[in-house]
Amino acid sequence: MYTCSDLKKGLKILLDGEPHVITQYDFTKPGKGQALYKCKLRNMVTGTLFDRTYRSGESFEPANLEERDMQYLYQDDTGYVFMDQKSYEQTSISAEVLGDDKYFLIDNMEVKVLLFGERGIGLTLPNFVNLRVTVSEPWAKGDTAAGNSKPATVETGYTLSVPPFVDEGTLIQIDTRTGEYVTRVKE
Amino acid sequence: MHQLTGKRQRLQARARILQTIRAFFIQADFLEIETPQRIPQNAPEAYIQPFESEGWQLQTSPELAMKRLLAAGYEKIFQICHCWRTGERGRRHLPEFTLLEWYRSHCDYLALMDDCENLLAQLTGGQPLRYQGNLIHCDRPFERLSVHEAFARYTSLTPEQALKDDCFDELMVTAIEPNLGLPQPTFLYDYPASLAALARRKPANPCLAERFELYVAGIELANAFSELTDATEQRQRFEHVEQRHSPPRSTPMALPEKFLAALPQMPAAAGIALGIDRLVMLLTNAARIDQVVSFTPEEL
Repeated sequence: MYTCSDLKKGLKILLDGEPHVITQYDFTKPGKGQALYKCKLRNMVTGTLFDRTYRSGESFEPANLEERDMQYLYQDDTGYVFMDQKSYEQTSISAEVLGDDKYFLIDNMEVKVLLFGERGIGLTLPNFVNLRVTVSEPWAKGDTAAGNSKPATVETGYTLSVPPFVDEGTLIQIDTRTGEYVTRVKE
Repeated sequence: MHQLTGKRQRLQARARILQTIRAFFIQADFLEIETPQRIPQNAPEAYIQPFESEGWQLQTSPELAMKRLLAAGYEKIFQICHCWRTGERGRRHLPEFTLLEWYRSHCDYLALMDDCENLLAQLTGGQPLRYQGNLIHCDRPFERLSVHEAFARYTSLTPEQALKDDCFDELMVTAIEPNLGLPQPTFLYDYPASLAALARRKPANPCLAERFELYVAGIELANAFSELTDATEQRQRFEHVEQRHSPPRSTPMALPEKFLAALPQMPAAAGIALGIDRLVMLLTNAARIDQVVSFTPEEL
């Protein structure tokens, strides 16, 4: 169990049976009053952000999370399916929980899956992923209003800004941490 | 190393601020006092936990010794000293911090409001204070807002209802304090008597105590009261605080008997504690208390 003095940014605790991470934390104490611990929490399953104020004396259950090496298999009605490479157990994570990470999944990609019990609640992707551009309008010369970039959509449906010289069919590298274009990939 | 280099300007400002404060009180005929920082016991406080030191305690405030000096006839005294409170660490809290306390005999808390206005005028040189995107005008008089008015303005409860519902402190921290001291400093005054164990009750309304807090830009800077001089009532108030102590004590704490014995000789007086670290934060536009001290506990 954690007490109020353990509260800090990044601590993962269990609230109403779900894992939450503290994203902001401050200790306050009104003149001569009791210590209050103001926290901003994020539900690690739903992503919901909210504020909570705790008093000394309260205790918290740690959220036990585990990271496991898994392979991305395919997408089906339940979401995105991953397989543990040692036990061959499979787990599915919904598109909602994955957020933008779902755009960077390639068949058979090796990722780290964050598990809460048996439930997958997040991913750690490789830092870079190569994806092919499927839609990108040719850059109109003299179109300075758009600056030195144009929109492009890759095979997974993800849209990002790319330099004018990137054409449809080009394989590009994307940084999965920022979601931004890095470079063209030589084939 | 790099961090300490970055602190130089603020530490220089801090030194100038301390010099200005000393000059201000010496000019006003106050005597600078030093009292021992390790003492047999502090005044009982429901929510302040002292550090233990070989059966004695480090002071959480120098108030008991200062008041014994008042009782002995020292009429205007001030002290700048370190105080210690366990478990207090945050953006505006350090477990070891610097407090300025001053006391005036034959006065009540209103005289201390004047002192605060004059001291801040001296420290700001009449210029508005720029703090974290806000402009604070420190011309006197500062805003004076009673605790009742503040609850009416910023919450849907009265202070009495909030105390009964056990949410007084939460409302203070979340709904009231962030609004205080903008765009000029605010004196929040007249607290429910149960929240001021060492303060005199208002003669006209004994439910309230003559206590105020000074806020600047949402930051609680100072706490003051007209001192309670009735030793019998003081003993009862201490005992009441001890009963409310959280967490409950296994063995009751001894009361500061020498202080209680001196109290009948103490003249009518008023005293105030002002957080030096927070004052330096305000005057140097520092968002965190870490920026205005040479070392935080984590850096040692």
